[in-house]
Amino acid sequence: MAATDTSSAGHGSHRHAGHQRTVWTRLVGWAPLLTVILLVGPVAAGLAGAAGPAFGWLPALGGNRLSLAPWQELLGTPGLDSMVRLSVVTGLASTALALTIVVLCLATFAETRSFRWIQRLLSPLLAVPHAAAAIGIAFLLAPSGLLMRLLSPALTGFEVPPDYLFPGDHSGLALIIGLVVKEVPFLLLVSLAALPQCQADKRRHMALALGYAPVTAFLKAVLPSLYPLIRLPVYAVIAFSSSNVEVAMILGPSTPPPLAVSVVHWLADPDLSQRFMASAGALLQLGVTLAALLSWWLLERLVAWLSRSLLENGQRRTAATFGRLLGSCLSWLSIGLLVASLGGLLLWSMATWWPFPSAWPEPLTFANWRRALDSLGPATLDTLLVALGSSLIAILLVIGCLESETVNRTRMGKGATLVLYLPLLIPPVAFLQGLVQLQAQLSITPGIVTVILGHCLFVLPYMFLSLAESYRRLDPRWSQLAASLGQSPGATFVRVRLPMLLAPIAVALAIGLAISIGQYLPTLLLGAGRLTTLTTEAVTLASGGDRRLTAVYALAQLMLPALGFALALLLPRLIYRQRRALQH
Amino acid sequence: MTRHDRLPNDSTRQQALHFDQVELHLGSRPIVRLDTEIAPGEVVSVMGPSGVGKSTLLAFAAGFLAPAFQARGHVRLGDSDLTHLPAEARRLGLLFQDPLLFPHLSVGGNLAFGMPPGTSRHLRRQRVEQALADIELEGFADRDPATLSGGQRARVALMRVLLSQPHAILLDEPFSRLDTTLRHDMRQLVFDKIRQSGLPALMVTHDEADASHAGGPVIALQPLGGESITSQPMRGSHAPG
Repeated sequence: MAATDTSSAGHGSHRHAGHQRTVWTRLVGWAPLLTVILLVGPVAAGLAGAAGPAFGWLPALGGNRLSLAPWQELLGTPGLDSMVRLSVVTGLASTALALTIVVLCLATFAETRSFRWIQRLLSPLLAVPHAAAAIGIAFLLAPSGLLMRLLSPALTGFEVPPDYLFPGDHSGLALIIGLVVKEVPFLLLVSLAALPQCQADKRRHMALALGYAPVTAFLKAVLPSLYPLIRLPVYAVIAFSSSNVEVAMILGPSTPPPLAVSVVHWLADPDLSQRFMASAGALLQLGVTLAALLSWWLLERLVAWLSRSLLENGQRRTAATFGRLLGSCLSWLSIGLLVASLGGLLLWSMATWWPFPSAWPEPLTFANWRRALDSLGPATLDTLLVALGSSLIAILLVIGCLESETVNRTRMGKGATLVLYLPLLIPPVAFLQGLVQLQAQLSITPGIVTVILGHCLFVLPYMFLSLAESYRRLDPRWSQLAASLGQSPGATFVRVRLPMLLAPIAVALAIGLAISIGQYLPTLLLGAGRLTTLTTEAVTLASGGDRRLTAVYALAQLMLPALGFALALLLPRLIYRQRRALQH
Repeated sequence: MTRHDRLPNDSTRQQALHFDQVELHLGSRPIVRLDTEIAPGEVVSVMGPSGVGKSTLLAFAAGFLAPAFQARGHVRLGDSDLTHLPAEARRLGLLFQDPLLFPHLSVGGNLAFGMPPGTSRHLRRQRVEQALADIELEGFADRDPATLSGGQRARVALMRVLLSQPHAILLDEPFSRLDTTLRHDMRQLVFDKIRQSGLPALMVTHDEADASHAGGPVIALQPLGGESITSQPMRGSHAPG
């Protein structure tokens, strides 16, 4: 992170001695640079690697001349307008819906007992991989899904599954639902982290004392300063949902699918000439996501302009009752949907014969699990290898960056924050597709190493965001004390900061593992389909007909990160069981 | 590099701590000036309203001055100049408002943390036990610091500093978080120990009683003017205690 040194060596004054370079400060000084290279390098190279073939240049496949042919071919693709429309609409709609739910949830439940429940549910729900959640939603809401079984035949009179298209409806409703249930926990988490920064409780209390209703108090006194703090994560959500592949493959329409899914299809087409078009499609996806971001930004301006008078009009009960009602309904609905889909997955994984409309499979057996065991083993092993590899690389860099901030007493600037979010703001399909073309051009063998490095791009930002808060909040006097007792900066890290930050570091590792385990696209593209992880297998199975086996894989994919979180919470407590002050 | 490589050896113990023409600036604004000498066993109290730069002065002496500040002048221990040494090589013991016992270490671990390395494990353990006996906490070595009372923690923090064999002690409002009865006892203990060990000490405080108990000279810091830094009378010289 390009940290800015705030010291300006004044005329005739000397830099004070705390800044002498030791081995440790030199070592961690490299971390920010390495991190920037790791994050910016592949994204830039990937976009360049997509730009070449998009204009006909890819010597490895015989493209030696610049031409506009790939673009002409792309524009001639039937249904391109629907693909683009689907990407933009599902991206913006799911983000708007998720943000509304999160804002109303915070406004309704702030400082209540339900809120503590929601907070407790947050980490496990966050750990659910996108693919598993999408599969769960599909099995829950499909015509023969759990919900319809619960209502039938008593309420609906259906003896056979009704005939409606879900998942895969043409308007993308299923896709939007699937995206929203996963975006809500994420946006809730970043909001919770940002609330103390804008002194939310004090502002709310002040507004309550002035006679504002609770929901109105939050909307008028807290939200205007909260939103700027979560703007980047919101943009990341837009970028993700307008370009996501695995959720769209499972829940989205297929004729035509959203643009990102088409790009992956074209790239995988046995007809190699399709690859040129895939690159043009990848750049178009970049444009589509940027357009979605721009529209959102304009929407922000509009809302800010419209709400200015609303904020100052003195109305104490704006949206007070309606907001509270909607807030509790939508919050519990989105959490309930996710929890119910996971329950459904569990039932499907243990079902043998489960005819419609019975709501409970009988008998429940482990037969499906036994059947899957042989193939589950190797896939689990590869999943773990990739997850551990990328998380370890990322945690070293993240700790290095934060140590560098600590020993040099600087803070990363705005530009550095943007670099951190870069892989989350650029549609992955755009630069990953370019990296594949580069791989082909430079004849780099795709495999586990490229996949691990690719996963780092997505793992590192989340780990940084999770650890930075705890690292920066650690009282600097602990380190000063250690130094005054003769400990060098390196020894202070090993003997003071590392043990005191063990719990947040363990949680950051668990988050890294969860993110890596959930990755679909980088595994598929950078591994050239040769690396089978639980996620790639679950997504592949989801398009087939075997619900039982799909459920087994989705659950396995979900259990691994859950296990990681359990360990991250348990181990530090176990290690410090004799230390009361570290038992939070 | 072990800490002994660049440390003055033990014969430099019990030397005076000098602040030679020390001036701290924030940008072009002077914050604090100090020119004084602290004799072994003497406690010099620095007083003044909050925001006057007392803590900045301490941070400068200990080697933690924030990068935003610029410093002139020197901190010396006897003949050796500390100004350019990193914090960990200065051997200036620090006592904060809070005891700051490391939560991941036992009481004994906290005491051993600051002890110079190299001695046998048995000897270290013995010293820890002895130090605990010294502050009436026999048998507390394996206790979790979180289970100690406020007064017990403050005493352990003091012994941790002394066991690290510092060459001088810096105290940052060391008694302000203690209740009245405890404060009296702690003052007694801290100042007795400092006198016994013959260490020069600089104490930053806003409590008159702290300064009068310390018995040493009192320096009253006053806010320095923003613009004119030239012709003001020198502040920070000794005033009668």
